[in-house]
Amino acid sequence: MNRSNLAHRRRLAESATGYAFILPQMLGFVLFVLIPLINVFIYSFQNKNILFGTNAFCGLDNYRKLFSDPLFHLTLKNTLIFSFFLVPLNLILAMAMALYLGDGQFGTRYIRTVIFLPVVTSGVAWSIVWKYLLQGGTAGPINWFLAQLGIQGPNWLQQKGWAMGAVIVTRVLKNLGTNVLVFYGAVMNLDSGIVEAARIDGASGMTLFRKIKLPLLMPTVLMASIVTMIGSMRVFDTIKLMTDGGPEGSTMVLVYYVYYQGFKAFKSGYASAIAVILFLIMLLMTLLQWLARKKVSHYEE
Amino acid sequence: MRSNTIRRAVRWIPRILLLTLVTLAFVYPFWWMLVNSLNTNAQVFGQPRLLPQGWQWQNYIEIFRKQPFARHYLNTILVACVGTLGNVLISALSGYAFSRIRFPGRELLFILLLTALMMPIEVIIIPLFYQMKAWNMTDSLYPLMFIPIFCSQGALSAFMFRQFFVTIPSELEEAGRLDGLSHFGIFRYIMLPISMPVASSAGILAFLASWNTYLEPLVFTTSIEKYTLPLSLNNFNDVYGQPEWHLQLAATTLSVIPVMIVYLVFQEKVTDAMVSSGLKG
Repeated sequence: MNRSNLAHRRRLAESATGYAFILPQMLGFVLFVLIPLINVFIYSFQNKNILFGTNAFCGLDNYRKLFSDPLFHLTLKNTLIFSFFLVPLNLILAMAMALYLGDGQFGTRYIRTVIFLPVVTSGVAWSIVWKYLLQGGTAGPINWFLAQLGIQGPNWLQQKGWAMGAVIVTRVLKNLGTNVLVFYGAVMNLDSGIVEAARIDGASGMTLFRKIKLPLLMPTVLMASIVTMIGSMRVFDTIKLMTDGGPEGSTMVLVYYVYYQGFKAFKSGYASAIAVILFLIMLLMTLLQWLARKKVSHYEE
Repeated sequence: MRSNTIRRAVRWIPRILLLTLVTLAFVYPFWWMLVNSLNTNAQVFGQPRLLPQGWQWQNYIEIFRKQPFARHYLNTILVACVGTLGNVLISALSGYAFSRIRFPGRELLFILLLTALMMPIEVIIIPLFYQMKAWNMTDSLYPLMFIPIFCSQGALSAFMFRQFFVTIPSELEEAGRLDGLSHFGIFRYIMLPISMPVASSAGILAFLASWNTYLEPLVFTTSIEKYTLPLSLNNFNDVYGQPEWHLQLAATTLSVIPVMIVYLVFQEKVTDAMVSSGLKG
């Protein structure tokens, strides 16, 4: 009786210690994540405005407005275009480089080092430098080089059509290093027995890659593609600094639009509705990621 | 013999081509930045050169005169250090509890915390702004410190610590308990010291995130004394609002250098931290 009482008290003390240890983190989580998340849903049903101080309930008005807002449609389209081109470009380049580095010839260490330089650099610094490199006329170095080849480069960041391509490439180069090293690690971990056996059977080059290596690397590719896609949905600094959403809104993406409506047009309620859409997209991606991870661990077993 | 040499040379061509391309895409932009940070505004554009023409060292003095750049630098250091320390300490505590201490609701609370991982700051930035305003914390550095501690970066660190602590054999704890250590004592004297590899990884990630972040200072700070580097860099304009390219590049160079040095010194550590978090987070 006494002993079980003691054990009970010890368990209580243990629980209390546990709660005390997680208290700072959970308190911060509630204040800085959970409450804001609940609020973003509430705001999205209000005509909240920083300037006028209004915050009346307005039902689904904000969402109804979203459906008929041409700028929002454009934003969604641009975000999709951005991801649709960025993700494959990133993955293909990263895979090609990882396979090439896997041969371990000279210069591998150098490439591994420098390819990661932009990853640790701030997006602001990288965007500022590339904004200069991409200046129109022959002012920017890129167009100057093109001019030496007799090509007249476009005004990359000011011309519709080119601007989106320019920010995508800038962004791909910024983050390419992560996926190169992720794939490089996976390539180095490939079962050399299987690859060697296939090689003895006469597979080489493209066949070896498509039939043997790629299926083995697929789990990694799947995970990397989702992580890269989530990252691409969050793009902001590159856009804000290089094109400011222009020309003619052709590089306006979701996060930029949240910022624009919330902090430039002061329509917090409307911006919250856009943020909710962004949240739903993130949720969907995360679910995909979990499913993919399940499949990956299934593979690994 | 000769054809052999040629064949070998041909085999080298793709590698040399790749090295050139990689250098152009990943090294040249930084070199161009450095070179033109030592030019005059007019020398920045036109034919790119490998070395500065002007050797305008005064650019690096001028940036401190144009705006409170030293202040911005200190703000950034302060925010990044407080954010990193807070992040690591608080998530080490919770990561330890979530893996080694038994209490009701542990798994559920941990999963709840992990939802922060998929909550990018962009989603909650508007309510956060109102909250900070209600607490009189807008136009201050506090939000910039709290966010890396408690938002998705905090959850990521807690996750990393938990993954590490679950692998520690319980004999270590038993030994500590026999020596009369409390849970906090075990944490402080046994667990924290052996978790240094995770602590440094989490710390590197939190520091880089804090040093490089743009949206948060853009939203939360208004007066120029409160700016951090990412905002400051974009604020070098002359009286007509035209950007002063050479000064902007000098400031950008100064903002990039510390991160570069840390990266080049601790390269393996930094890439490991970023690569593993990229795949798991």
